[in-house]
Amino acid sequence: MIRPLLWILGAILLGGIVHLTTVLVMPRAATQDAYARLVPLTPVNTMVQLAAPTAENSIMPLMDPAFAAAVCRYDLSAGAIKLNAPLSQAYTSVTFYTRNSVAYYAIDDRAAGRRAIELDLMTPEQHAQVPEGEDVTAADRLIIESPTKTGLIVLRALAPEPGLMPMARRALTNAQCRLGPVQ
Amino acid sequence: MRLLFGSCFALILAAAIGLGATWLTITRGVAFGSMTIGAWKAWPRSGSVDIDPYARATIARTGELPLGTGDGVAFYARTDDAGNNLDGRCTITVSGVTPAARYWTLTLYDPEGRLVANSIDRHGFTSAEILRDIEGRFTIAVAPRARPGNWLPTGGIERYVLVWRFYDTPIGVATRTAKEAPMPAIARKTCS
Repeated sequence: MIRPLLWILGAILLGGIVHLTTVLVMPRAATQDAYARLVPLTPVNTMVQLAAPTAENSIMPLMDPAFAAAVCRYDLSAGAIKLNAPLSQAYTSVTFYTRNSVAYYAIDDRAAGRRAIELDLMTPEQHAQVPEGEDVTAADRLIIESPTKTGLIVLRALAPEPGLMPMARRALTNAQCRLGPVQ
Repeated sequence: MRLLFGSCFALILAAAIGLGATWLTITRGVAFGSMTIGAWKAWPRSGSVDIDPYARATIARTGELPLGTGDGVAFYARTDDAGNNLDGRCTITVSGVTPAARYWTLTLYDPEGRLVANSIDRHGFTSAEILRDIEGRFTIAVAPRARPGNWLPTGGIERYVLVWRFYDTPIGVATRTAKEAPMPAIARKTCS
């Protein structure tokens, strides 16, 4: 009588391990995550505007249709990235995601405080190589450390009314994301 | 023989339990640290590096990009205040006041996160375009057929999800109660 119960108990324990392992492995094994969906649409280290989501077609699920969005799919192996994003009239934000869609940093236009959001994105190793003196002179430039070599920068501009969507899109066309030395 | 049978049985059962639990938690969107206000649920931690493994796995499966914490916070409603599933063949009203935020948007999606086709091409409202009464309150009718005032069409689909996103808002991980974040009430009116 006791033996089948032991087998079941063993199965439950093993099932728990299987469950935890699959949950932890899932982000690495996913083939349709946001990054994978954007690979065919976006060249590396270039800011590209995304098509607005419609009922028939949406690049990613749960995109906010009131926003114009642009993405820079970055790869830091060749060097640091400079991001320059002029602000739209309503609301603009920049969110940084790791390769596995974890939002590790986000800033909006008010927090950025100027007419444009200017940021340097680099790996912790590249940040360590920035000479200290330059770090001080660049005090008004934000330096963001990316936990992964690749990832996504997503720029979003709000169109408070549908008629303002062209304005939001125009603001994004001037946004730039490129390899560049830190000055 | 018994040992072989027992271990085979245990392995199959373990696989079924483990994979079944993973499937359930990921498709149902189980995540820790949720904040519930009325019918609305938010996971402020999902927009930061403190995101839990379940939310991470869910996001990898769906392919969405969560709203970053410095950007805003998103509330999801799948039911009305009485606990009924949101049914696109019914008329519901969403009314009241919203927490402080520079802008908000309300969007209607199908359960897979796609927008829903409808005759007037409206998928949601922003705080700037909503019609309010003199006290600043608003009522949105979410209904399959046209309504006066703020009409959000459901397209007549069976199930839908409402997502309320607040941008530049003090709501976050530290928010605890409905007093800090008063969310609009969702009430079912009629079903056709």
